[in-house]
Amino acid sequence: MDTTITIENLTKRFGKVVAVDNVSLTIEPGAFLTLLGPSGCGKTTLLRCVAGLADPDAGEIYIGDKLVFSYERGISLPAGQRDLGLVFQNYALWPHMTVYKNMAFALEIQKLPKDEIDLLVKEALVEVHMAEYEDRYPREMSGGQQQRIALARMLAYRPKLFLMDEPLSNLDARLRMDMRAEIKRLHRVAGATTIYVTHDQVEALTMSSSIAVMKEGVLQQVGTPDRIYHYPANLFVADFIGNPKVNLLDGVVNENNSVDLGRFKIAMDTSNASEKVVVAVRPEDIAISAEPVQGAVEFTAYSILPSGADSTIMARLGGTEITVREMGISKIEMDDKIWLKFNPDTLNLYDKESGKLIVSKN
Amino acid sequence: MTIPIVFQQPRSLKMLATFRRFIRWLTRVQVALALIMLVLMFYMIIIPLYRMVETTVTWQAHDLTRVPDAVVGELTIFHYVRMLTGVLGRIYMYTPLQHSMTIAIGATLLSLLIGGSLAWLVVRTDMPGRKLVNQLALIPYIMPSWTLAQAWLVLFKNRLSGGTPGVFEFLVGQNPPNWLSYGPVPIIICSALHYYTFFFLFVSAALMSIDSNLEEAGELMGASRWRILRKITFPLVMPAILSGFIMTFSKVMGTFGGPNILGTPVRYYVVATMIRGSMGVGDKADGFVLAIVLILFSVITISLNQRLVGTRKSYETIGGRGFVAQVSKLGKKKYALRNAAIIFQILVIVLPLGLLILSTVMLRDGNYSFSNLSLQHWIGARNTIYNHGEPGVLRNPKIYKTAWNSIRLSLWTAFFTALLGVLLGYAIVKGRGTRLSKLVEQLAYIPYVIPGIAFGAVYIAMFIKPLGPIPALYGTFALLVIVSVAKHIPYSSRSGVSAMMQVGRELEEAGQIAGANVWQRFRRLIFPLTSAGFVAGFLLTFITTMRELSLIILLVTPQTQVLASQTMFYIENGDGQMANVVILILISIVALGNFIIGRFRGGSLKKGLGM
Repeated sequence: MDTTITIENLTKRFGKVVAVDNVSLTIEPGAFLTLLGPSGCGKTTLLRCVAGLADPDAGEIYIGDKLVFSYERGISLPAGQRDLGLVFQNYALWPHMTVYKNMAFALEIQKLPKDEIDLLVKEALVEVHMAEYEDRYPREMSGGQQQRIALARMLAYRPKLFLMDEPLSNLDARLRMDMRAEIKRLHRVAGATTIYVTHDQVEALTMSSSIAVMKEGVLQQVGTPDRIYHYPANLFVADFIGNPKVNLLDGVVNENNSVDLGRFKIAMDTSNASEKVVVAVRPEDIAISAEPVQGAVEFTAYSILPSGADSTIMARLGGTEITVREMGISKIEMDDKIWLKFNPDTLNLYDKESGKLIVSKN
Repeated sequence: MTIPIVFQQPRSLKMLATFRRFIRWLTRVQVALALIMLVLMFYMIIIPLYRMVETTVTWQAHDLTRVPDAVVGELTIFHYVRMLTGVLGRIYMYTPLQHSMTIAIGATLLSLLIGGSLAWLVVRTDMPGRKLVNQLALIPYIMPSWTLAQAWLVLFKNRLSGGTPGVFEFLVGQNPPNWLSYGPVPIIICSALHYYTFFFLFVSAALMSIDSNLEEAGELMGASRWRILRKITFPLVMPAILSGFIMTFSKVMGTFGGPNILGTPVRYYVVATMIRGSMGVGDKADGFVLAIVLILFSVITISLNQRLVGTRKSYETIGGRGFVAQVSKLGKKKYALRNAAIIFQILVIVLPLGLLILSTVMLRDGNYSFSNLSLQHWIGARNTIYNHGEPGVLRNPKIYKTAWNSIRLSLWTAFFTALLGVLLGYAIVKGRGTRLSKLVEQLAYIPYVIPGIAFGAVYIAMFIKPLGPIPALYGTFALLVIVSVAKHIPYSSRSGVSAMMQVGRELEEAGQIAGANVWQRFRRLIFPLTSAGFVAGFLLTFITTMRELSLIILLVTPQTQVLASQTMFYIENGDGQMANVVILILISIVALGNFIIGRFRGGSLKKGLGM
């Protein structure tokens, strides 16, 4: 499969609200790109623009080498001619049709011969492990089963581009895990370029080959899950990605390559940094100890939240609160004294004013 | 697939793009549909209203008999001065208007009392037999509104007209007083017994949708039951009451049948009967002035009412989500109440029908002996002694033609109304938030506030002369269909909107993604998905058109006569018993239609009202 998606300077307004603000984005062939952001950030609108369900107010969209939308040239191909499939958040299965009819619909529109339709529908049903459900009506199935059929309906006509709009948000936590794995698998088998919309950062990190983070219509950062997690381009991305959340500590830069955080200082490379900065450190990058350690800072354990595989410890020092993650069940008790050690190699430094990344960890 | 336009001038390129964007906007389904609907409604609603006003402010040929030096077509306030001032103003305008208001307000309040109490009993109490009461409550609405008026006359007719005694006099031996036989009292009672269905439907839907937690919360805080009813329940059903008020009020204001039967014999004229009178003697402009005043009056009353209650939600549907309603225990009274409710309903359904049947099997009206029983009015041969020489209804080819007209009219109207409902619903819901969609929705609301008889008058103004590509339609069957469809537009748009809301936009978008074109989407997705709404709209329109009188009474001609208007002509001709036979036939057809369509999925009266 060789479908590159190119989005250039795309803008979409609803009245005065700019839902998508001058977004440019290239999606590699076969990629699994996730549009990630809080609700109202414009991710679904962007997806609908690509799908052809919304007409942008500026910009261009290419699917492969086909220009499907250009404001400047007044071109907009209808959704049906863009060779893509879309899985809706609420599945949008037609309630008056059986599973089979739902899946055959697009193929019938394409006027394929009956036996070919039959073959394609059954194949897709097998792919989602729902072979025996072809005569059911949507209302006769559970949410998870409807979800699979919604996927199968898209798979059946083999579009070049898969679009998914929060497809798992209506499922319970357990089913969601299963479906993540399933969708990832289906993507690998089909190999189609995929754009996936979600507000769930764990979903984005676990499934994508590439993540595009959006906020208020503006693209914040595009990169692999690894890069997005470890090198957030700005404070918004840093804060949005990761659970438990990243620690963001306000500080002032000292001349001698260290940052003054009020009660304590952290030594790190501060070249190019302005005076007011924010230090970002992931909870798992902080070493925790029940005994005093050289170079560690003394904190008090405010609350401990063990969850089996790991424990989250909220540590306090004056007004500063820091979240630390420790593997396994923690032995620390609430109100214990603990010592935290920051590794300069794991710290990102942001400009307080602009929120941009100044110095990244190694 | 990129389009090679590299060598073109930048400016023409820009214009080309703008042109393409415009075409795409225009061909967007909801936009195109909305524009088509706008043009349609412009022709069906706005132009007729304009033509009516125009007629009243210009000299008409008819005026030359009164003002010889008038120039036909020139502007004048003559008609307004004539109709609104002096003795004529009092006779033609103020007294009838007073009567109309009395009747409309009286009937609305009485319907509220009946419909509201029944709704409360059915939805919110443990009264036994609630299901039966619920079903019976819909029946009066199926019968033509003037059925009760006719039955009333059979019962309470006094010596004033014609001299034959009514059943009351036969049983009691006393001539009933005029106020009981004719005039406002019987008109109000008969109208209320017909229109209470609106209040019943609206209020019961509202009561069902109230989460009883709201009331329980009040109870926990120690509020008394009366206080809860007053402070919590009542405000919550207020929008429903308002909807019922608007609907009933504007219906009664424009209703012609009842007042004509029960008012005209004692010269108790209302605006509706006045309009008919003026139109009948060829004074179109005078009739139009009355119609305009009637329209203004209902518009003002309705908007005042909305202002007063301070909600504009009245027109919106109250969704019937099934909360488990808290049920009031009636205790020992519950059987008494059940009996009262059922006896009441039987009284207003069975008794009038019985009286009508009785009157039709009496050879001579007012003679209650066994020897007078006869089927002359049903199947009798032509006999100059009876009914001005008309044969019995079932042997009368004129009636068959009239019945066929009625059915034809109702089917066509129901079909176009239901179709228009889906299209309007689509245009409004898909375009939600755009000015175009709002305009369509508002325009579709207009016929709602125009009383039936005035709406008919509007159509005379429009189609008596050719208009653009449209020929003069007066006297044609098509005109009856058009006016009936136009009057139903508010209902069709409302039920269309609620049907489309349930479909949700994703279902159609999924079709777009699958590559279906507009026609395929409508045929395979939208129409099947809204079919329940379509059937419901069809049913309701069929029933209402079948028994509609006020709207078409001014527009029918001997060729386009329908059953409803036929009854009125028989009544006016003094052949009341023939009229009653026709009414019974009309009711049978409506009941049969109701039964047949009710077999289809989702065909229910409630859904047709957009609930």
